Amino acid sequence: MLRTNLQHIDTDADFKDVIETNENVMICCGRMGPMCLPVYDIMDSVKDNYENVVFRDMDFDGPAGHNIRSLPECSRFNGLPFTVYFKNGKVAAATTSIQSKKQVKEILNREFV
Amino acid sequence: MNNKYDVIVLGAGPAGLTAGIYLSRAKLSVLIVDSGTAGGQMVMSYTVANYPGVETTSGWNISQTMLRQAKSFGCKVLTQSPVLSIDLSSELKSVEVEDEGIFYAGAVILATGGVPRELGMKSEQQYKGIGISYCATCDGDFFTDKEIVAIGGGNSALEEAVGLTKFASKVTIVHEFDHFQAQPWIVEEAKKNEKIHFLMAQDIIDFTGDEHLEKVIVASKTTGIKTEISASGCFIFIGYVPNTSVFKGIIDMNDRGEVLTDQLMKTNVAGVYAAGDLREKRYRQITTSVADGTIAALSAIDFLQQKKTTN
Repeated sequence: MLRTNLQHIDTDADFKDVIETNENVMICCGRMGPMCLPVYDIMDSVKDNYENVVFRDMDFDGPAGHNIRSLPECSRFNGLPFTVYFKNGKVAAATTSIQSKKQVKEILNREFV
Repeated sequence: MNNKYDVIVLGAGPAGLTAGIYLSRAKLSVLIVDSGTAGGQMVMSYTVANYPGVETTSGWNISQTMLRQAKSFGCKVLTQSPVLSIDLSSELKSVEVEDEGIFYAGAVILATGGVPRELGMKSEQQYKGIGISYCATCDGDFFTDKEIVAIGGGNSALEEAVGLTKFASKVTIVHEFDHFQAQPWIVEEAKKNEKIHFLMAQDIIDFTGDEHLEKVIVASKTTGIKTEISASGCFIFIGYVPNTSVFKGIIDMNDRGEVLTDQLMKTNVAGVYAAGDLREKRYRQITTSVADGTIAALSAIDFLQQKKTTN
């Protein structure tokens, strides 16, 4: 279970609803681990500056985790967290392992602004 | 947001948060700035069992408790906020923070800690997250029944290598020296593990592969003979480097970039103190950082009090 300040995606229905009803979505799928925590924190710190983007996290081992784990864009990944950016329900970008705030903002600006 | 504080603390790890707690309890106004996540390297520890007075918990839990304490006493905390520039030469010191502006204070405590050391190779960046990892607990299970490499010879490298044998079919430890820096009983445990193999006195030459990491190429330091190790994963545990580049030329450091202080955590600049893993010292533990943060805060309180008295 994730204990972050972000809203969580807990079920398949949550996942479907979030990516189908929002144009721009960033989902960080991980655990409460040292590579994942900084990315959740970055998302929390930038979310107010990107009002057109929906920020969510998801437990890698939870019931909805397979939605991210099984994406073709993540098939090569073996470093947590898997972070995926959706534009109109389709994957616009995906990253593996820890990211810096600069790297996250670059993708947000490139894909969603 | 207020831009003038009694003390600015750079770093929100155990040293910085402890300093913030002591300073704000002394009714000083305090700004804590961190370029990353509150807790620093402490959040890297899944399990902390030796923090006195606290039963076994995670580094994340301790850091969140410290953060709440600091805020409850009045500290203003900015995380994910890189420092762009710093001026410690004047009586009123200034710190410029990305997206936040310039902040001023009569004293500054440097508690920026350290970051995991990387090999610094281009191919290391190329395979990060697709074979190369710095966290066994995070990524170990991606390598179940696969052959992997662990680079390093200290306590962390050997302990993590042993932990990785829960998943991997074979772990090759590659170290640059012909002996380990780890404690003897940790070396012994690794040597007893049948899944662990050793390649000593080796330089890391390259990482190669197609879609993901497939080989780690090393060369003997003595003979120069190259060895290609088949590996789906490579975990790098080669220590930490102090996060002090922004203070270079301003604060006295040793040749490893560690800040020099006296026993009161004073640096060579009046009103500037250093605490935690960025200091030159032998032992780096959460408890030693907390002690440093306490001393630095009390010294800063004393400094500001004396300044007030003389003015």
